Amino acid sequence: MFHPPVGAPAVERAEDMNSRDQIAEVCWCFQPTDCCRVGGRLNRSSSLILFWRVPLHCTAMSPSIPLQEMIRAIRSARTQCEERGVIQRECAAIRAQFRQADNGARSHNLAKLLYVHMLGYPAHFGQMECVRMIASPRYSEKRVGYLGAMMLLDEKQDASLLITNSIKNDLSHSNQYVQSLALCTLACMGSAEMCRDLAPEIDRLLRASNSYIKKKAALCAVHIVRKVHELGELFAPAARSLLTEKNHGVLHGAVVLITELCERNPEALERFRKTVPDLVQIMKGLVISGYSPEHDVAGISDPFLQVRILRLLRILGRHSETASDAMNDLLAQVATNTDSTKTVGNAVLYETVLTVLDIKSESGLRVLAVNILGRFLLNNDRNIRYIAMMSLQKIVGTDHNAVQRHRGTIVDCLKDHDASVKRRALELSLALVSASNIRSMMKELLLFLSSCPPELRAQTASGIFNAAERYAPSQRWHIDTILHVLTTAGGDVRDETVPNLIQLITNTSELHCYTVHKLYRALLTDISQQPLVQVACWCIGEYGDLLLKGECQETEPAQVTEDDVLDSLETVLQSHMSAPATRGFALTATMKLSTRITDNVDRIRSIVSIYGSCIDVELQQRAVEYNALFKKYDHMRAAVLERMPVIEKNSLGQTNGESAVEAIKAVQPATVKQGEPPLPLQPANQVCDLLDLLGGSEEPLQPSSVQSGTASGLPINNSSTAGGDLLDLLGGFEPTPAAPAPAVTVYEKDGVNLTLLCEKHSDSGLTVTLTASNSNDSDISSFTLQAAVPKSVQLHMKAPSGDFLPARGAAKVTQMVVLNNPNKVNLKMRVRISYTSQGSACQDTVQIDSFPGL
Amino acid sequence: MQKKSKTLLLLIHQLLCIYQFNYHLRKMRFLLLFSRQGKLRLQKWFTPISEREKKKIIRDMTNMVLARQPRSSNFLDWKDLKIIYKRYASLYFCLAIESQENELLALEVIHRYVELLDKYFGNVCELDIIFNFEKAYFILDEFLMGGEIQETSKQIVNRCIESSDMLQETMEEYMSKPAF
Repeated sequence: MFHPPVGAPAVERAEDMNSRDQIAEVCWCFQPTDCCRVGGRLNRSSSLILFWRVPLHCTAMSPSIPLQEMIRAIRSARTQCEERGVIQRECAAIRAQFRQADNGARSHNLAKLLYVHMLGYPAHFGQMECVRMIASPRYSEKRVGYLGAMMLLDEKQDASLLITNSIKNDLSHSNQYVQSLALCTLACMGSAEMCRDLAPEIDRLLRASNSYIKKKAALCAVHIVRKVHELGELFAPAARSLLTEKNHGVLHGAVVLITELCERNPEALERFRKTVPDLVQIMKGLVISGYSPEHDVAGISDPFLQVRILRLLRILGRHSETASDAMNDLLAQVATNTDSTKTVGNAVLYETVLTVLDIKSESGLRVLAVNILGRFLLNNDRNIRYIAMMSLQKIVGTDHNAVQRHRGTIVDCLKDHDASVKRRALELSLALVSASNIRSMMKELLLFLSSCPPELRAQTASGIFNAAERYAPSQRWHIDTILHVLTTAGGDVRDETVPNLIQLITNTSELHCYTVHKLYRALLTDISQQPLVQVACWCIGEYGDLLLKGECQETEPAQVTEDDVLDSLETVLQSHMSAPATRGFALTATMKLSTRITDNVDRIRSIVSIYGSCIDVELQQRAVEYNALFKKYDHMRAAVLERMPVIEKNSLGQTNGESAVEAIKAVQPATVKQGEPPLPLQPANQVCDLLDLLGGSEEPLQPSSVQSGTASGLPINNSSTAGGDLLDLLGGFEPTPAAPAPAVTVYEKDGVNLTLLCEKHSDSGLTVTLTASNSNDSDISSFTLQAAVPKSVQLHMKAPSGDFLPARGAAKVTQMVVLNNPNKVNLKMRVRISYTSQGSACQDTVQIDSFPGL
Repeated sequence: MQKKSKTLLLLIHQLLCIYQFNYHLRKMRFLLLFSRQGKLRLQKWFTPISEREKKKIIRDMTNMVLARQPRSSNFLDWKDLKIIYKRYASLYFCLAIESQENELLALEVIHRYVELLDKYFGNVCELDIIFNFEKAYFILDEFLMGGEIQETSKQIVNRCIESSDMLQETMEEYMSKPAF
């Protein structure tokens, strides 16, 4: 018979010792009404019970000991290896037993196998045994067989098809518990095929008189609708009639089923709007009714059912005046009468608030809901604060001012020690930044950045950048803020930060002196933050003369000598912390300084020549080219190394002259990731000038004669093309394509719009920019794009700019796709769009056959 | 060439269709019970997931939840899901729900399951669940089904489990009677 493990096994592993120690502590005692208490505290208060209680039915179940014996044997293994040995022996025995004819112990063998499976060992050889046991006439075997099927089989395996017939038979079994097993298994692992076969059976069971079966059949129907959407129609009439039921289990199942049908099908939604009065009636019954011991949880009558009904009301009331009117009173009643001292009460209140905010509710009710959230926000319980911020996030777009009132509390939550709460607070804080509070909010956000967990840093940094760009009170403040972020979290910013900041600095010419001084000082203190070092190098290269002059009114006069500057650049070049790209920046900066200083040109010459034999090919090539500039083209050096012109935004495409277009067209994507800061835009005439300049030299260079240009040691720093290299020399440009074709809309459905912009940058390569926007009234989250192309085409998707599309086109998500089509096949692309809108996941595919501008 | 790419696209499309199976909406995705040492005690998956994926998720969950500091909130963001966990004595109950679900109610679901176990075993402890794991599954299957709550009343669940056990017992007795 079953031996209660009072005297635990003689030998125990460390882990088991541990869990035996806990037996004293482990015993739980529950007061059903108190659900907010933490388990740990409970144990200590009730640690007197040291005995094992074995329920009667357990002893009765096992005529043979094996399962418990095996578990004990496995647990007493001292090492992993020993455990493996025990399990291998057991598995061999189980396997052998499976092969034998029925010996009455089949269910124990399968149960043993399931335990082994839970420990992570392979148990697939039990699949057929499950199928056999399910077909057995004995309840005990069926029970374990179905359990095994749920654990070992999954819908993709053939074995699961074998049980369809057994399930079908059991669904019409005379015993409700056998029926229940079949229903439960179907709801857990029924494949689409199974669902189609068994749907009529389930519909029949929905009309049964037995409420135990009905509630299960309702949830089975939910599973079937999820698997095979078109079967929803079949269950609609039965679902409607289930609402008259008194049994809460059945009601709950019916509400879930109707919710599912409404979410899937707008017509069903329209039809089920008529049930709103019924639902309101049921809900009223729950709220008003006195204490009912069956369903009471901490003074709330059946919170599970209440939450479900509230959610269904939300779906039905959305976009419908009349339906919303019908539920206004009820919602007000629930919102005012629900006890908020316990978790369950708060769960119901939370759901009520969400419903009120989502339907077309009266303004008074809305105020009430927002106030409840405000109260949640002040709650001591972190869980409640968390959900408060979750919900405030949802309404920050519509009720901005109402949320703004709680700014102080939200900002305080940034300092909470819990990462989940911090994340919510951060998202909400970023949404609350506005022109009027930018200075104070930014102070908090920067403080948060310096102490926040690493996984939140990137999000914080990009949030700060966005906010700063939108609301910066002054240019200087803007630059200071970005520099602050770079000094504290330089490693976590996105790649485009560096070019963006350089563009910003270039355009604020009155602050050049201030910026270069500030950056120089930052460089002296820390050279580990790569983006900061890159920007600093770039600025020192560009504005080295201003740095040396030292007449900056805004900072204390710092006398900087030429040697100091060159020393710091050389430190960057030599530091092991510097990334290759950073070294590129430093070398170019050094080169640029050669026209901005007077005395130390020879030193620069020697630095540059040292790197002519650098192991890093990029750097070496650059150094060789700069060397050539010194030696052969010294007369051009000053002109070539001139200061970068002010970059005008969005001037591309209209100003580019023909020759520039020619030159740029040839640029390959390989040049993008050079050490040079890639700047997105540049005036065209500069490029033209340079081409002229080259044309005048003794070795005439056409954009097409790329190889000869490099070989002859022209001041060109990349082998691929002439145009791009010249641009690099100027201080760096991103190779930009020819005048881009206009963006075309490739997808427009349910308010989601996807446009496509093609930029061809070489014979076979092209960059496709997908831009998505959302014109709905509700936000879209988890927006992702996936692309598929014919096999011979290489596809590289860059990271998207985000996955959240706020309502009414407030922001867009862009994603770059780089395609390389070396075989010149007919280019096609299939894009899959998936997102979550109003709580339901949507997915669609669109095929793009023609690419504009190709 | 064009034909080839067409068939390829078809293939890709089919693959995407198969992939879609994993995108079914489930209010609850999975429930895991594991000890303070990270040993799995019970696993229930409400969506079809491959064994490999399951192992990875279990590893992720134990690592994440066990690393949480005391007195933190009971919620975690993980991929597109919310992880609601709660510790009872030496055992962690960890429930994954969709992000638009009610977190507080999920906490209540966990608590209800613990209450059911407690009622059944009488002052349940981790070892009860280890040695009678199939019972723990049977109780769960009476309470939750296909990722939804099946029965909102504790008493009814208890009664159903008792009757099922009774049915099993009587059948066992019947079977073990000598056959003369």
